[in-house]
Amino acid sequence: MTLHLPAIAILLPLLSAPICVAVRHALVTRLLTVAVGWGSLAVSGELLRQALSGAPIHYELGGFAPPLGIEYVIDTTTGYVLVIVSTIAAVVFSFGATTRGAALPAGREHLYYGAMLLCLAGLLGMTITGDAFNVFVFLEISSLSSYALIGLGQDRRAPVAAFSYLIMGTIGGTFFLLGIGFLYQATGTLNMADMAERLASLHRSRTVHVAFGFLTVGLSLKLAVFPLHQWLPNAYARAPAVISAFLSATATKVMYYVLVRMIFTIFGATFVFGKMGMDMALVPLSLGAMFVGSLAAIFQTDLKRLLAYSSVAQIGYMTLGLSFNSVNGLTGGLAHLFNHALMKGGLFLAVACLVYRVGSSRLDDLAGLGKCMPITSAAFVTGGLALIGVPATVGFISKWYLVLAALETGQYLFAGLILLSSLLAVAYVLRVVEVLYFKAPKSPDVREAPVSLLLPTWILIGATVVFGLRTELTAGLARSAAMQLLGAGS
Amino acid sequence: MSTFGLWHYWVVIVLMMIGLYTVIARDNLVKKVMGLNLFQVSVIMFYVSMGKVEGGTAPIIPEQASGPVVYSNPLPHVLMLTAIVVGIATTAMALSLVVRIRETYGTTEEDEIRKLDRAEHE
Repeated sequence: MTLHLPAIAILLPLLSAPICVAVRHALVTRLLTVAVGWGSLAVSGELLRQALSGAPIHYELGGFAPPLGIEYVIDTTTGYVLVIVSTIAAVVFSFGATTRGAALPAGREHLYYGAMLLCLAGLLGMTITGDAFNVFVFLEISSLSSYALIGLGQDRRAPVAAFSYLIMGTIGGTFFLLGIGFLYQATGTLNMADMAERLASLHRSRTVHVAFGFLTVGLSLKLAVFPLHQWLPNAYARAPAVISAFLSATATKVMYYVLVRMIFTIFGATFVFGKMGMDMALVPLSLGAMFVGSLAAIFQTDLKRLLAYSSVAQIGYMTLGLSFNSVNGLTGGLAHLFNHALMKGGLFLAVACLVYRVGSSRLDDLAGLGKCMPITSAAFVTGGLALIGVPATVGFISKWYLVLAALETGQYLFAGLILLSSLLAVAYVLRVVEVLYFKAPKSPDVREAPVSLLLPTWILIGATVVFGLRTELTAGLARSAAMQLLGAGS
Repeated sequence: MSTFGLWHYWVVIVLMMIGLYTVIARDNLVKKVMGLNLFQVSVIMFYVSMGKVEGGTAPIIPEQASGPVVYSNPLPHVLMLTAIVVGIATTAMALSLVVRIRETYGTTEEDEIRKLDRAEHE
């Protein structure tokens, strides 16, 4: 049983999805979804434990030996990301009003849950696989189901947002496929470890350079790196609130992981940063994301859109950490991956609580809710503080490592800019606080959200404080993952 | 190798650019989907042409093999079976979104949709 855990991690959500479609019962499929979420968390936790206790796990799918067969590889980084994704899935799936805000006809809920499970299967698959083409397959599984889920938003503009995400996402995915094609042409293998071995002597090959270009641009589109982020704010703002929480906390995180894998495991840091000068492109774009995203967030009138723009900025922090190409930088990036998943997941769930009672996420409609919904508002404020990076929250830890990475290479300007952009975060969080607490309530008889909604929200928000105080778990894990990646890549 | 020796790459590039241009330049959502299809097909053709070995046959072991058999690489072709399925799923997804957009907006032209949205928010 434990021998086949890597396969079970994928098969659990992947096979539950068709079961959901076949069962066609709202409550049964709902319970199944929750069970699969927590089941995935248990499996991922066990995989991480095994990966930490010894050498990376190599699992041959179907018993075919790699490089011919598909191989699943779980090292520290993989286990770390698996746990993040399945934690968010478990908590978000347990959220009380999952289908609220989705334009679902009665009796069709099972399809909605099926799509959520497929999305989870795709995200876990992308993380766990050691085969480049397999990444593309899982990427499309998760993308296709997320287009469907975003298109279900009650806002009439939701299908338009989903459509433009589909166009951008498919172009990104196809670029990725093309990049893999070039890599296959150059190396004759699809197995990542094999590829890395053969690429070591191909650093001057034009084919490899082109492959690198296509892979990076394709992944950056899906990751929403600064100038390629146009699809993200609309998609997250118009999706059902729970879907925004799930996708913002997982989808871009997994894409970041794939980018890290590609840079450090397949191509190797010497090629990417030394020869291709990736940092020359990534640093300005990350800084651009941090400032443009935060500035745009300040001027939003819709809370979900505000959070979505803030996500663009936070992705900038993660890619900045990556571009330092140092242990501290990558630790910061990977720690921020976990921390941002917690904060944004929690914040979007808090918004889902507000929307549950008020029916809108426009800032004007949320005026004065701090008095009517104190617990939800407190959750939002705590999450907002983490977003700013106040000490004793997780946001502080990741920014600490990023500033450290900037200082140790003598780039004082970057350290200053990281702090400056945090001030912008203060501005947009304060704006929401002002609306929630200092404005006259529109309708004073709004009640607090039910416990089934508050509990998952506070699990994530509480975690941002707990892990902000107990840093050894996240930062320690991120650090050993970063050291493993840099050790293997150089 | 002459320029024409690599003509299949030219086919791929031209198809790809036509597809990408259609996606960018057309306002009609259905035409965008068609452009996207063309874009994906060009990559499929790239893979399929990649597996071709000059003078190679189908990768099936003949009954009476005399000496080594040259055969085309079947792997890229197999990969493309998956990519074709992905392409179909994407197209179906996109078209069903277009249907829903048309139901709510009564149009499939992007500029008109934008105009309607702006009108509603003023």
